[in-house]
Amino acid sequence: WYQRRVREAVVSTQSTGAFRTIAVRTAALCRRAMATEAGSTFPLTFSSPTSALFNEAAVKQVDIPSTTGHFGILPNHVPTIAILLPGVVSITTEAGDIQKFFVSSGTATIHADSTVQILAEEICDVADIDGNAARAALEASKSKLASASSEADKAAAQIEVDVYEGMVAVA
Amino acid sequence: VVGGGHLGKQWYQRRVGKQWYQRRVRGVYGTGAESLYTKNEFESGEDKLILAISSDRGLCGGVHSGLGKAIKAAHAEKPITKTIIVGDKAKAILQRTMGDTFLATFNNVGKKPASFTDAINVAEEVLSHEADTVDIVYNKFINVVSYDSTTKPIPGVASIEANDAIYNYDEVDSEVLKCYQEFTLANIVYHSIREQECSEQSARMNAMENATRNAGEMIDKLTLAYNRTRQAVITRELIEIISGANALE
Repeated sequence: WYQRRVREAVVSTQSTGAFRTIAVRTAALCRRAMATEAGSTFPLTFSSPTSALFNEAAVKQVDIPSTTGHFGILPNHVPTIAILLPGVVSITTEAGDIQKFFVSSGTATIHADSTVQILAEEICDVADIDGNAARAALEASKSKLASASSEADKAAAQIEVDVYEGMVAVA
Repeated sequence: VVGGGHLGKQWYQRRVGKQWYQRRVRGVYGTGAESLYTKNEFESGEDKLILAISSDRGLCGGVHSGLGKAIKAAHAEKPITKTIIVGDKAKAILQRTMGDTFLATFNNVGKKPASFTDAINVAEEVLSHEADTVDIVYNKFINVVSYDSTTKPIPGVASIEANDAIYNYDEVDSEVLKCYQEFTLANIVYHSIREQECSEQSARMNAMENATRNAGEMIDKLTLAYNRTRQAVITRELIEIISGANALE
């Protein structure tokens, strides 16, 4: 569309001086517009110890469930590190489609150069979650929590409950 | 010749091939995990803990001895006070000179590829000891025929907090940083253990190929010598018989 703008600028001017100014300003506008378009994706690395789903792939947006809240990451996000809670990571790819994955836990790092690394312990596609199996596992883990005695057992059981609750919420 | 020699070169190549494919996947995870340290300069603390990664199985060329050499060189440069050893081979190599620095050793390493749970166990052991920096020493896989012993320094929470670069990162408090460090340490340990396994596997393959080739050459040479000797004996007997027959005439 910028070619049309340049042509309009040429047609609408009356003197060569004005034409040059308008052309320069239009060109500058176009350059800014093109720059924003190029900066609309950022490289994402989303991986677990056993599978690398995205390896510095260009994506538009990523939503992650973290201990500081559920937040979305766009290009040029402020650098931060976050710990992931059991929940859904949803990725909007460059093509525009949204992919959702359930993660059990992990970390997310956003750097100043806009690269993002999301490393999760276990990743599975949301479509692969069996609601009934997850609900049954949730019941089992709740009773394990109730009967846990030591602090370490209680913490481990609580983690299980959290993960299965997350899965049931998504299934 | 040794180990899987009877199963053939193809078997070994298939097994190593699987490792190489998994390594590509793991490489993504491993480099992702170290991103915070590679993109920012964190100073190594004074108090170092060395995590040496090897395995229990030998017959893999210079893999374990290379590791031992690197650690002994570092020890000579500046005495190391704390080490955690993964694998009996490294333990055997370092026992005499650095046996008193061992905080923990892991064995039963190398029979099966390590899982993330194994890495978590090692990481937990490392975290239970006080140290400013953890140096992970392992063999980095370069390609099929070469590997190199590498030291990867992982700064501790105190080192990171002391450096201003971390404050470029938003919303970072001690709790988050500690959690992040623990998980990242487990990731990097996992990556290092698997890299070491890959290096070992390819080193073992090369060592076996060399051994097979040397044995083949020796067999050829000895076969020639055997045939020559046999023919010499036959020729001597013939000469004796013929000269005996001639003498009778």
